[in-house]
Amino acid sequence: MLIRIENVTKRFGSFVAVDNASLEIAEGEFFALLGPSGCGKTTLLRMLAGLEVPSEGRILIDGVDMAGTPPNRRPVNMVFQSYAVFPHLSVADNVAYGLVIDKVPRAERDARVAEALALVKLGSFAQRRPDQLSGGQRQRVALARALVKRPRVLLLDEPLSALDAKLRDAMRSELAAIQREVGVTFVMVTHDQDEALALASRCALMNSGRLVQIASPGELYESPASRFVADFIGSINLFAGSWQIDASDRRRIISPALPIPIATEAGANPPSGTTIWAGVRPEKIRIVPADAPPADSNSAAGTIVGSAYLGAVTLCDVRTAEGTMIKLSVPNTTPLAAKELAIGRPVRLAWDAAAVVVLTE
Amino acid sequence: MSRDRAGPLDYARRWPLRLWVGAVMLFLYLPLASLVLFSFDASRRTIRWEGFTFDWYVRLAGDQALITAFVNSLTIAAMTTLVSVVLGAMAALALWRFRFPLRGAFDGAITLPIVVPEICMGVAMLVFFGTIAPWPRDLAWPFDLGAITIAHITFSFPFVTVVVRARLASFNRELEEAARDLGAGELRALRDVVLPHLRPALIAGALLAFTLSLDDFVITFFTAGPNTVTFPVKIYSMVRFSVTPEVNAASSVLMAITIILTLLGMKLQGTDMAGK
Repeated sequence: MLIRIENVTKRFGSFVAVDNASLEIAEGEFFALLGPSGCGKTTLLRMLAGLEVPSEGRILIDGVDMAGTPPNRRPVNMVFQSYAVFPHLSVADNVAYGLVIDKVPRAERDARVAEALALVKLGSFAQRRPDQLSGGQRQRVALARALVKRPRVLLLDEPLSALDAKLRDAMRSELAAIQREVGVTFVMVTHDQDEALALASRCALMNSGRLVQIASPGELYESPASRFVADFIGSINLFAGSWQIDASDRRRIISPALPIPIATEAGANPPSGTTIWAGVRPEKIRIVPADAPPADSNSAAGTIVGSAYLGAVTLCDVRTAEGTMIKLSVPNTTPLAAKELAIGRPVRLAWDAAAVVVLTE
Repeated sequence: MSRDRAGPLDYARRWPLRLWVGAVMLFLYLPLASLVLFSFDASRRTIRWEGFTFDWYVRLAGDQALITAFVNSLTIAAMTTLVSVVLGAMAALALWRFRFPLRGAFDGAITLPIVVPEICMGVAMLVFFGTIAPWPRDLAWPFDLGAITIAHITFSFPFVTVVVRARLASFNRELEEAARDLGAGELRALRDVVLPHLRPALIAGALLAFTLSLDDFVITFFTAGPNTVTFPVKIYSMVRFSVTPEVNAASSVLMAITIILTLLGMKLQGTDMAGK
């Protein structure tokens, strides 16, 4: 393992920013630390960089305990949220800064700076001053400046949050391409779940200082470990209920929110009687004809009470006869599809047993 | 349209305000302007204009006592500037960077010399150098200027601290962290990232300290000995006999130096703001 974080706790006064976090990151991974603001993800990243010192626990990089190693001696480099491009130096001098400190010979330094600038497509900007660059270009400078040092780990603090939507998409795919090209381990902090899902090979979701779930993006989305995870990553319908085992030993969830028991393929097995939650993602619920036979799959009937047209999909809120609100997203497969989803229209909803996740906390 | 109408907030384009601004300018600068004007007056008694002359400036250049006082002032100002900038910047950095016991008290105490009346500072210096820690007499030049210089440093360096702290407030700490992350030790990061950011404040602080020291009269008057006369003190002693054109000329020179340095300081700070 390239990075081992062992039982790390960080306190600021009485505030616990990171609470007993343990984590391993392998060589070549694109790892995302994800969570709402104030969850401790940036503090954890800064501890990796050496900018904060853990109150308890150990951080090992390449098997070496980093305690007592100042930021300038760690095999990591960081892209800061504000980019922190030195305003008094040209683009080339910014990128060369770390190499000058390392006393890399002139010729090699120039070659590496040119290579790094080419990597981030800033080759023709070498002599510009930072105040002549756009936000996106400044970020590239910060990226080149960190990568030119050939770190074992590149740390990125909210790399895309300061860019506008279009640029963010472009930079996202570019960041992924750069990571593939250089093969360096990337550890990224983000509060944006889309960013984490799209970029990361693995994510750690944090909430109020604790690591809640560490998994691949797909696992995080499809098999969330808790209601917090399910709710933070994407959007989900949750129905509180409890297990019911019928005569033929079929297990279903009975919930006061829905008239018929919910079928699921999930296999969690808590003692019957405890509260569990059945979760269904909005895009896994479909509208079926009202006269369709009530098959074995889950279904509910209700009225559309709200709809938001988002172009690719329409988000609908359906209220059932029991008063339960169900969110669903309907892909706009034809130009007129959205028109069908008028408020007040009665609909019948169905979803597969495989789409139902069971959450115990 | 050659002339559009004044907007509701274009006060500067209405005549009552222009008149008022003119009156204020006159009030502020008429005395100074007449001082400079009469320094070029051929008349011995500065009442009537009798023709243009450089005589008084030439005579100044030949006045050995005045030259000595001028050199003393410049020397004191230079030493004061050097020490004030270093001390002031270090105090500002310490207050910005570190938490330590009595930090609040230190913060308040450091700006005290700015608000304490100059006359009190002067008397305090007189007592201090007179009885508590007498500056050795009969030292060779420039060491005989030590007491005055120390007094000047005490009231100058807080100004440097104030200017530098204001500048530090706009410093993005991630810049320093980035330097550390890229391999710089603490001192290297300070030199490479923090000091370049502070440069305009250091220059402005230096100019401030220099002009404060150069034209200080009150505190200097209390700390100066018979052999350590500065330019302002010398002008004062000249005035005691009568206001001669030489006094006007000497004052004009002092004023010119001060104005030039102030303009330079403003320009340096201004260019920096444009660059932001």
